[in-house]
Amino acid sequence: MLTGEEIIEIEKAIHVVPHRQAACIEALKIVQTKRRWISDDSLKDIATFLEMSPAELDSVATFYNLIFRKPVGRHVILVCDSITCWVMGYEKLHEYLQAKLGIRHGETTQDDRFTMLPNPCLGTCDCAPALMIDHDLYRNVTPEQLDEILERYA
Amino acid sequence: MLEKPLTSHIRADGVPLTLREYELQGGYQSVRKALLNMTPQAVQAEVKTSNLRGRGGAGFNTGLKWSFVPLDAPKPKYLIANADEMEPGTFKDRLLLESAPHQLIEGMIVSAYALQADTGFVFLRWAYHTAAKAINIAIAQAYQAGYLGQNILGTGFNLEMHLHTGAGRYMCGEETALLNSLEGKRATPRAKPPFPQVSGLFGRPTIVNNVETLCCIPHIITHGAEWFQKLSLTADAGTKIYGVSGKVRKPGLWELPMGTTLRELIEEHAGGMQDGLSFRGALPGGASTDFLVRDHLDVRMDYPSVAAAGSRLGTGTVIVLDDKTSVVGFVRNLIHFFAQESCGFCTPCREGLPWIEKILQAMQSGDGRKEDIPMLELHTRLLGPGNTFCALAPGAMEPLQSALKYFREDFEAYIREHASLEHITV
Repeated sequence: MLTGEEIIEIEKAIHVVPHRQAACIEALKIVQTKRRWISDDSLKDIATFLEMSPAELDSVATFYNLIFRKPVGRHVILVCDSITCWVMGYEKLHEYLQAKLGIRHGETTQDDRFTMLPNPCLGTCDCAPALMIDHDLYRNVTPEQLDEILERYA
Repeated sequence: MLEKPLTSHIRADGVPLTLREYELQGGYQSVRKALLNMTPQAVQAEVKTSNLRGRGGAGFNTGLKWSFVPLDAPKPKYLIANADEMEPGTFKDRLLLESAPHQLIEGMIVSAYALQADTGFVFLRWAYHTAAKAINIAIAQAYQAGYLGQNILGTGFNLEMHLHTGAGRYMCGEETALLNSLEGKRATPRAKPPFPQVSGLFGRPTIVNNVETLCCIPHIITHGAEWFQKLSLTADAGTKIYGVSGKVRKPGLWELPMGTTLRELIEEHAGGMQDGLSFRGALPGGASTDFLVRDHLDVRMDYPSVAAAGSRLGTGTVIVLDDKTSVVGFVRNLIHFFAQESCGFCTPCREGLPWIEKILQAMQSGDGRKEDIPMLELHTRLLGPGNTFCALAPGAMEPLQSALKYFREDFEAYIREHASLEHITV
């Protein structure tokens, strides 16, 4: 079931486009913001609300990198793995996170605190390597800073 | 300060100006000038005369692109700012979006007037959260000041503007894939014709322009096409926001006259290479451009000069390759990106890119074979222009084909080392 709040926000998104289905990516993002990920039930509810078939909506949901069709932790770490961050040594950050959190890309820590994912170029190449945790961008990151950065996320 | 029109009003701390502050610095003058004193045709003519070329990578003449929109077509008509900056190594639009949102809105109002479009969308990539906030505030302020909405400045011109944030996919930067994404579909490219100018978003006439392109518009209208042309050192008009990243002393972004040389960017503005490293090559404008090498340092960074040197200006944000970084690893990283971001819609791209990645991976892990280099070369042709639905795969082939041309010995060394190792184990 979509909540009243979700319905209000989705209706707002529908308002700026000529037909309901056109708001489906926005609707997926709205529901994901509240629930962290899109479960099969959420997918069906959104599809019904937008008058599309669940399969049609799933074809869209699975296309986009940042719509999560599997559960994620309370915080999502996006590690930039594109060219400049690679040149500037992002792999050290990745290895450090892997060891520290005991997870590989696509996995979630047992306490449900972090999910780690690779992400294409974050567009801050003059401050590489970079990563994002939730909506926060970190630039010129060194492995030494990571402990302190991770502390900020409960 | 007129020589840096796009960035001179940006505060040192990057915090965007309020609408009032922006107006005090001359902001929104072009809206008054265009809507009150010029016809849409006159605005289009001025932009065409200015010789402004699209800053998103393709470099198409903006005025010419606009001219294919039928002015008398019934509404709705759409103008879209392509702010889905996701080309690896590119970070120029972020600055304009985060720190100068009103300049973009102003450019969009004037452009929408020239095209007689009644709805504008800013298509922003998901990861640019700071930019999203800045643009939302700027749009709200522009509505409040009467620059957006109904009957703007009492002229009868109406324009609604919305921010759309993406859900993360490089393909959304491709003009027609962006339209599909805005329609709530998978971001796969569309067949052309029909071109978006005639049948674009929701089947209506649509123009998609890059952020930096749209930010040039207010200045062209306020100061004139001739002034804009004089900003440049070469035939391509205006300034350009150039960037350099990689192992240089001071990576960064600078607004400079169009036609500044690659040498000046790297040696002067980026402070040269880091200690102990030397310059080996560079991608001049993002991941999908051909390498330039030491012999090209004096090439002027404008569209025809970079093309004459065998590459493309692209986004104008340079990625530097130093002599201690593996060329094969560098190219493999790029190909990995393209293989992952391929929409899977057409076969050469979907199948070819992972194949190339596997070959490069094999080379790196010591399993390279002599046949690999001809196989890579075959791919650069089969995934090249004319064989795929959009420019993603041909773009991916540009760094590969030029790496094979300039750094062939690096690929051969990986294969040779393997051969010698094998010889020892036998």
